[in-house]
Amino acid sequence: MTELNGLRIADRKHIGLAEMLKGGVIMDVTNAEQAKIAEEAGAAAVMALERVPADIRKEGGVARMASVKKIKEIQATVTIPVMAKCRIGHFVEAQILESLAVDFIDESEVLTPADEHFHVDKFAFRVPFVCGARDLGEALRRIGEGAAMIRTKGEAGSGNIVEAVRHMRALTSGIRRLTTLAPEELMTEAKNLGAPYELVGSVRKHGRLPVPNFSAGGIATPADAALMMQLGAEAVFVGSGIFKSSDPPKRAKAIVQATTHYKDPDVLARVSEELGEAMVGLETSKLTKEELLQTRGW
Amino acid sequence: MKIGVLALQGDFALHEKALARCDVASVEVRKPEELADVDGLIIPGGESTTLLHLMEEWAFVPALEKFHAAGKPIFGTCAGLIVLARDVERPRQFSFGFIDVGVERNAYGRQRESFEAPGLAVLDGKPTPIDMIFIRAPRIRRVGAGVETLATYQEEPVLARQGSVLVGTFHPELTDNPAVHRYFCGMVLRAAGRPGAGALPSEASR
Repeated sequence: MTELNGLRIADRKHIGLAEMLKGGVIMDVTNAEQAKIAEEAGAAAVMALERVPADIRKEGGVARMASVKKIKEIQATVTIPVMAKCRIGHFVEAQILESLAVDFIDESEVLTPADEHFHVDKFAFRVPFVCGARDLGEALRRIGEGAAMIRTKGEAGSGNIVEAVRHMRALTSGIRRLTTLAPEELMTEAKNLGAPYELVGSVRKHGRLPVPNFSAGGIATPADAALMMQLGAEAVFVGSGIFKSSDPPKRAKAIVQATTHYKDPDVLARVSEELGEAMVGLETSKLTKEELLQTRGW
Repeated sequence: MKIGVLALQGDFALHEKALARCDVASVEVRKPEELADVDGLIIPGGESTTLLHLMEEWAFVPALEKFHAAGKPIFGTCAGLIVLARDVERPRQFSFGFIDVGVERNAYGRQRESFEAPGLAVLDGKPTPIDMIFIRAPRIRRVGAGVETLATYQEEPVLARQGSVLVGTFHPELTDNPAVHRYFCGMVLRAAGRPGAGALPSEASR
């Protein structure tokens, strides 16, 4: 059992797997063929789901965990880690994913929430969880529940980076602010953030989250991936951005290169050449409250 | 003395931290030409298929072969071991073959089967306690005659060395215990201090 300031957090072997994915790209895939393309392009892991977020948005209806058959086919096809999403609070979908031995469970706002009050108790599982967050308080609540990795939410399926940037900046400036606080300010800060006191103290001391922090929700180009890395993401999730583009293998490869060489504009320029069409983006400020995925979870 | 950490993908930042604990300077290596400035190299844990794609894209293969031929030490953990091994199973894939071991990838199973165990390594002749964290880890299935086993788990080698190449199936960089990194720093220091290796500090003056 791993503890931080006396508070239980995710096991270090699970946080360790998140560490191994750093500097990498985790790609959404809906079948074995896409998973193979992702692996061959250099993805560090794949995320199995029924429909990519852009299609969930377009088609509507309840979005659930991917089919067991699809997950097994994907696991049989690639050697890199296979992640899968469960609905927020749907601990039975999580139990099924654990039984399938997926390598990471994403308790995801992209799927339709199953519980409007509670997230999954992640300590009850032998596989690690990643959860979305829009700011520091939400990130620390999820870590307090046992998440081994945080990803800023962005706005999935939008092809628009603006929400991802907003959430990453909110998180990093929240962390920076904590490091300037006096000890007597911490309890009030914990109350205001709605976050465990012990974790607030840890972030103040170390200037970072106790688990890796990746970026998701809106990355469509190599430049988007590099932007998120320069803003402090430690790896990126790409959902609809690859398989909704005109040339998925080429774009996947380019985003992998851009994530590794995120500080090198010459490389970014080279890999951004002749990529074909990016996915069509959405103006997120025009989305209605009901259409936003990022406000699911709390 | 400066040690490079291959920073294409994986937990390279933790290796840099581990080297800092040993008071050794490190630098991230993303392009082959950056190998010219370092005395040793760590290939971190990550995904070996991802590492191989990125290495191929940037012509790291000839550069690393030259680095190894010059006697400069290399330490590979987990994915790093896989790319350095003589042969790789499940699946068969390209590897550098700098150390005469055969490895099987993800040989304990998926993440659900990842685990921790206390261990004892024999480093520079001294039994040294280490913490071993195995994450979707490979297993060393075959050890060549020239390979020295430095630590075992359930009688299987998990830390091994052949000449200037050190490999581990677990992740010392995830723990606070710097013993394995300190041992590697010693290898680098000795290699750099050889005659003709330039004006680097000898171990005695350290």
